[in-house]
Amino acid sequence: MIRFNQVTFTHSGADRPTLVGVDFEVPEGEFALVAGRTGVGKSTLLGAVNGHVPHFTGGRLAGRVEVAGLDTRQHQPRDLAHLVGVVGQDPLAGFVTDSVEEELAYGMEQLGVAPSVMRARVEETLDLLGIADLRGRTLRTLSGGQQQRVAIGSVLAAGARVLVLDEPTSALDPTSAEEVLAALLRLVHDLGVTCLIAEHRLERVAEYADRMVLLSGGGAVRAGSVAEIMADSPIAPPVVELGRLAGWSPPPLSIRQARRLAGPWRQRLAAADPARHPRAPDGPTADRPRPPDSDHSGLSARGLTVVYGQTVAVRQVDFDLPAGQITVLMGRNGSGKSSLLWALSGVGPVRAGRWSVDGQDLAGAPAETVRRSIRLVPQNAADLLYLDSVRAECAAADQHGQRPAGTCAELLDRLAPGVDPALNPRDLSEGQRLCLAVAVQLTSQPPVLLLDEPTRGLDYPAKAALGSVLTGLAGQGRAICVATHDAEFAAAVADRVVVMATGESILTGPATSVLTTSAIFASQVAKVMSPQPWLTVAQLADAVHRDATAQEAV
Amino acid sequence: MSMSTATVPTGPVASVRTRPWSHSLPRALHPGAWWLWALGCAVAASRTTNPLILALLVAAVSVVVAWRRTEAPWAMAFRLYLGLAGFIVLVRVGFRILFGADGTTILIGLPRIQLPEPFAITLFGPVSAEALLSGLYGGCQLGAMVICVGAANALANPKRLLAAVPGALYEFGAVLVVALSVFPQLAESVQRVARARRLRSGQGRRHFLRQVMMPVLADSLDRSLDLAAAMDSRGYGRRGEVAAGARHLTSVLLLLAAGGMCVGAYAALDTSGATPGWLGAVALGTSAVVAGTAFRLAGWRARRTRYRPDRWRAAEAVAVVCGLVPAVVLSWLSSADPTLAYPSVSPLVWPGLTVPGLIGLLVAVLPAWATPPPPDSAGSKPSPPPADSTSPKAVPAPTDPTISQATPPSADPTSSEAASPPAGPADSRATPPCRPRPDPAATDPAPPAPEAEEA
Repeated sequence: MIRFNQVTFTHSGADRPTLVGVDFEVPEGEFALVAGRTGVGKSTLLGAVNGHVPHFTGGRLAGRVEVAGLDTRQHQPRDLAHLVGVVGQDPLAGFVTDSVEEELAYGMEQLGVAPSVMRARVEETLDLLGIADLRGRTLRTLSGGQQQRVAIGSVLAAGARVLVLDEPTSALDPTSAEEVLAALLRLVHDLGVTCLIAEHRLERVAEYADRMVLLSGGGAVRAGSVAEIMADSPIAPPVVELGRLAGWSPPPLSIRQARRLAGPWRQRLAAADPARHPRAPDGPTADRPRPPDSDHSGLSARGLTVVYGQTVAVRQVDFDLPAGQITVLMGRNGSGKSSLLWALSGVGPVRAGRWSVDGQDLAGAPAETVRRSIRLVPQNAADLLYLDSVRAECAAADQHGQRPAGTCAELLDRLAPGVDPALNPRDLSEGQRLCLAVAVQLTSQPPVLLLDEPTRGLDYPAKAALGSVLTGLAGQGRAICVATHDAEFAAAVADRVVVMATGESILTGPATSVLTTSAIFASQVAKVMSPQPWLTVAQLADAVHRDATAQEAV
Repeated sequence: MSMSTATVPTGPVASVRTRPWSHSLPRALHPGAWWLWALGCAVAASRTTNPLILALLVAAVSVVVAWRRTEAPWAMAFRLYLGLAGFIVLVRVGFRILFGADGTTILIGLPRIQLPEPFAITLFGPVSAEALLSGLYGGCQLGAMVICVGAANALANPKRLLAAVPGALYEFGAVLVVALSVFPQLAESVQRVARARRLRSGQGRRHFLRQVMMPVLADSLDRSLDLAAAMDSRGYGRRGEVAAGARHLTSVLLLLAAGGMCVGAYAALDTSGATPGWLGAVALGTSAVVAGTAFRLAGWRARRTRYRPDRWRAAEAVAVVCGLVPAVVLSWLSSADPTLAYPSVSPLVWPGLTVPGLIGLLVAVLPAWATPPPPDSAGSKPSPPPADSTSPKAVPAPTDPTISQATPPSADPTSSEAASPPAGPADSRATPPCRPRPDPAATDPAPPAPEAEEA
């Protein structure tokens, strides 16, 4: 259905090609996964399927890309609209109309489908994706998962036989992501739709994929069955890492497969205590927490309430961020996590409540005072950056934080080594931009740092780097709070977990107990090793390593 | 209560049937109707500088916006237009003070400042009431026109308007509509970035423009590219095959029409009398017909269909008439009674208002009641704002008072149950509210006859 034949693509103005000699095929009805580190050209590869690359983006494309026998050199994206549907990361950015029904019909209108047929197909699509109850809703009032399903439905209604999805679930909470993936799988299985999907969080999709296309950097691409590629892929979900550690070949792709293989392992590690092994390579262990800091006691909030209009976003929440610990805030989209963080930062609206940092009361204090104690890195980190070079951003942060020149640049270099200071912040990768925003916010050395969804758009190595940065900061006695949906990231960094639902804090506890018992927020390793409270592969690796050295010593 | 229901046909269907206003079922009005109404009001504003008339007009337009807008992003931009209008008035008055103007009623005696030679301008000088008022009147006129355009922007869904343009103008319409929708989106972006900016220290007033505008502009550029790519991949701008002959014919017809328009416009605007008066009308009319034909021909190229198109119904016509009436009345007034339409500032005269003018203006407010309310889903239903947004909630459109009649108290099954004898068949309780029925009890104070007889 999709055939890449010796495709080499060079962006205009670039001196090296993004894709070199790409050669693979996706037969009809397959669910193919495109994976690779940030910036290796996943989006370029996906864009080439419908001719978006190079017709829209410019650049030089050599070789042939064919979809259902149509060559993209002869066909513009609009000429392939009846065949290829494209769904992006932010569905809202691609919506042309404003209500669900109209959006579903838009593609058909462009194709000139007869009105009566159109009406019937809209109804069918509404049912197929389970969005019939949303038909008249305004698109921007929908949840992320609903929007994404509408986006899929809108290209499907136009008759698309090939779906190209660029990180469709990266902005969604685990439950919404499941919804979207379930809808996609249903289309693949029941209607024989061909899917090509790029995703950072492989743990979500790897088990469903028939085929994997791995971009390993430098333009090279490998394609094959998922098990075959995963055996030595540099990026892999925890369950595959676990398989590699255990020497299972081929590595398991689903929790079910791994659990069936893991029986002997659980026996072998039954005597080990997970609390004695660090969850990240350089992290602390649960039984030896970081030493308490006499200078800082952290943040303490009581009865915090945030109301927007008639909606209570945060309802009388008591919330503590102990110094020297990383607290992870979890909960579905709209459960009040962002509102809580914005309220604590002194910028968001607060109806009631008091909060203090190191004993200093901050409720009602001027923004400048709150900023000295609490800094927030918002979900859209780019909103914080406004100057035209990294160097200028750092200089401004030093000046406003009244720190010696170079403080921020030094911090940035620790977070993300080798960022070119002359670059415009907008040209940085997602991860680098996040690190710059964190560095800017940390320059004034606030005792409390809040991060809203920092792992969005980060690949596994970038997430690991961010995790070790946060661990290091906590080691300096800062109180850190991360709001995230990412169970794997939480498993690696969290000391404490707070779960929110409908604006209330419903569960607070140490990460090891919350993350191993939860059905939704448990990491893959926790699910495989249950009932033993292991959380990450690094923890297991450490245990195995010590076990081995102990045996050698004997 | 049962007395009153006995004299009025019961059940929602029955009561709707008795009202001629069946068009006021909630639905979105044709966006073209809102634009014509608003342009009519703008034309009316352009025909007068009388602040009383302009204030009434702005009030009328604002009432309609408040009652008939949805919670969509473009509807939230109306306040920005109000602000822009206020700014225009301030600038006009400010310039009168800055550059001085003649007048006899001196309010404040500012000193004159003569700029050095290259600029032979005098700044300031005595501020007269005449100068201030003429600045104020001029500013009010322009501001009112801006508000009228803003009202159209707030009421008409720009994306539905795209659908209403003829096929041949589709691309042009799309460009226009995307450009129009950028403004409210910018407003949303500014809110978000200005909030993020407060997270970072060192933000003085001095840096506001750069700190907010840089991310906002970059953001909107990214967004428009995304939208363009999405539209492209979904078949926007696809064309069918058209014979070369038909294409050439279209071009020739369009050129002829454009030429005819030029001749017509010249003839219509020429006041010297060198061209006969009828020439303008004839040339304009003919070229309009030719252009229409060309558009029809060109429209065949674009094979596009429309999902549930907005229909032009009675309410649309009412809205357009409500816009035309003030335009006509004020155009007439400006020639028939210039002292009323353009109140004199020298000598100072208190601006007046006449009954015909007042009636003409009151007509402009009628669409607030005479048009159907916007559908629930589009906004009047209170929907929680996204948790990470502090965007102010738009005023929810109040429900149409006429609609509330559609559910008289007797629609409540318990009351009809109480009124009918228990002897009726079991399913009769379900039928009365849903089915219109003859009303034999209209004059009878006794409870309506049980449905058992009817069934």
